[in-house]
Amino acid sequence: MQRFPCPFCGLRDETEFHYGGEAGNDRPEPAAEVSDQGWAEYLHIETNPKGRSREIWVHMTCGEFFLLERDTVTHEVFASESLRRAAP
Amino acid sequence: MAKDYSTLRLLREGLRGHTGWQPAWRDAEPKGDYDALVIGGGGHGLATAYYLAKNHGLKRIALVEKGWLGGGNTGRNTTAIRSNYFYPESVALYDFALKLYEGLSRDLNYNIMFSQRGLAVVAHSEAEMEMAARIVNAMQINGTDAELLSREQVLEKAPLLNQSDRARYPIYGGIWQGRAGTARHDAVAWGYARGASTLGVDIIQNCEVTGFLVEQGRCVGVETSRGTIRAGVTGMAVAGHSGVLAGLAGFRLPIRSFALQAMVSEPVKPCLDTVLLYMGTGTYLSQSDKGELVIGGGLDRVLSYGQRGNPPLQEQVISGMLEMFPSFGQLKLLRQWAGIVDVVPDSSPIIGPSPLPGLFINGGWGTGGFKAIPAGGWLLAHLMATGEHHEISRPFDLSRFTTGRLIDEAAGSAIAH
Ligand SMILES: Cc1cc2nc3c(=O)[nH]c(=O)nc-3n(C[C@H](O)[C@H](O)[C@H](O)COP(=O)(O)OP(=O)(O)OC[C@H]3O[C@@H](n4cnc5c(N)ncnc54)[C@H](O)[C@@H]3O)c2cc1C
Ligand SMILES: [Zn+2]
Repeated sequence: MQRFPCPFCGLRDETEFHYGGEAGNDRPEPAAEVSDQGWAEYLHIETNPKGRSREIWVHMTCGEFFLLERDTVTHEVFASESLRRAAP
Repeated sequence: MAKDYSTLRLLREGLRGHTGWQPAWRDAEPKGDYDALVIGGGGHGLATAYYLAKNHGLKRIALVEKGWLGGGNTGRNTTAIRSNYFYPESVALYDFALKLYEGLSRDLNYNIMFSQRGLAVVAHSEAEMEMAARIVNAMQINGTDAELLSREQVLEKAPLLNQSDRARYPIYGGIWQGRAGTARHDAVAWGYARGASTLGVDIIQNCEVTGFLVEQGRCVGVETSRGTIRAGVTGMAVAGHSGVLAGLAGFRLPIRSFALQAMVSEPVKPCLDTVLLYMGTGTYLSQSDKGELVIGGGLDRVLSYGQRGNPPLQEQVISGMLEMFPSFGQLKLLRQWAGIVDVVPDSSPIIGPSPLPGLFINGGWGTGGFKAIPAGGWLLAHLMATGEHHEISRPFDLSRFTTGRLIDEAAGSAIAH
């Protein structure tokens, strides 16, 4: 069992986490001007890197969304960073 | 030129101490220039090379494989062959493959040990029986064989199943496809390799594609670890590495790579003579000719290129097996392994031209492409030789992600492998 670092809870079992997608795949705007190709890129197309990867994950037990940087071959984790902004 | 295998030859070689056998295929050196080049020495690549020569009469064909033949998913899979899909496009594709499998040992003069022992998918509630009936109806309408089984019929086929009323996943009945079965995975790779080599294909192992040659916007060959190879047309069938090759060619694909694992038990006497899948656990089993139980299940949850598989999924698959066959709890596991599979959002393959002209793709088979090898090879060969889709491959074109015309088998039949 691998353990991933939730920025809020610390190290937890991999089964508590859910993969959200590749980091930086932002929703294209304005929606009315996005081409079919643009939507396909956003919805389906992946870089799927072999090696170092920046991904969005959610820790399902506490609901924290975060950026996880890891290696897709060795599964080594380099960094995890919360995506929350500080409260105003 | 390989001599035909036959009973007579076996007898002769037996009397001569088996000294006259030749290697089944030539381990070729790369030449600089070919009419057609296939990347990937798994089943799909090897079948493509074979049909390019056999169906289209091409003479100067090469296949490059970065490791050894069949060392990818083709040699790592649990060998279930079936066509119990929901959509007409899918049944057309997988049933075409099944039909080719039915004649393949003869066509290749190589025993691929195709055993049509049937496959049962077991349902555990009234609601799941309705789902089962819906799939059986769809399969029959699409022209392939399917039957709805009662509880008694399921137990007749697999008497060791958990019959307890207190089972977490009680047996209500199931889906039966009698023409489904298993084949020997290595034999499929080796049989196609021998067939292709006999027809003059250069099979080049230990040759990794590291880049694409592009001239005037068109793919005209590849850079490899063993030098440059030019080609009139190029096709790729690299499964879990589709995204990596696409990256080298300058485009991206709707594919995520995951580890899919499987395991075998120690060999035991015959006790399971069909392929068996539980809707509830997602675990499926068959028994190999050697007597090992071959056990598989779902994908690992973490995207990966690490060819091994993580413990949580292994635990899930095994607990699924124990629910299905409590008596198998006595068995020892012999081996566990994983392959990197190419998962597409709609769980259907991608077959067609790539965004780089001159390069064609066969990929995205995910957890279930062994059963499709003859068709995948046939269709990629057709595309490479004619530049046009075969009627069966057209719906699986990459353009479906832009048009939105997905073939969502994950939703349609909800069955993997
Ligand atoms: C554990 C497991 C169980 C499965 N069970 C089933 C099942 O029961 N039924 C079923 O139908 N399917 C099953 N599958 C899926 C099936 O194995 C695959 O879909 C199928 O084998 C894919 O064949 P392929 O030829 O496309 O890929 P592969 O056999 O993986 O071949 C691709 C080849 O490309 C080579 N390659 C990669 N990159 C390069 C490069 N840069 N240069 C040169 N060569 C390269 C690789 O080394 C590899 O040999 C299973 C898969 C796994 C892992
Ligand atoms: Zn948390």
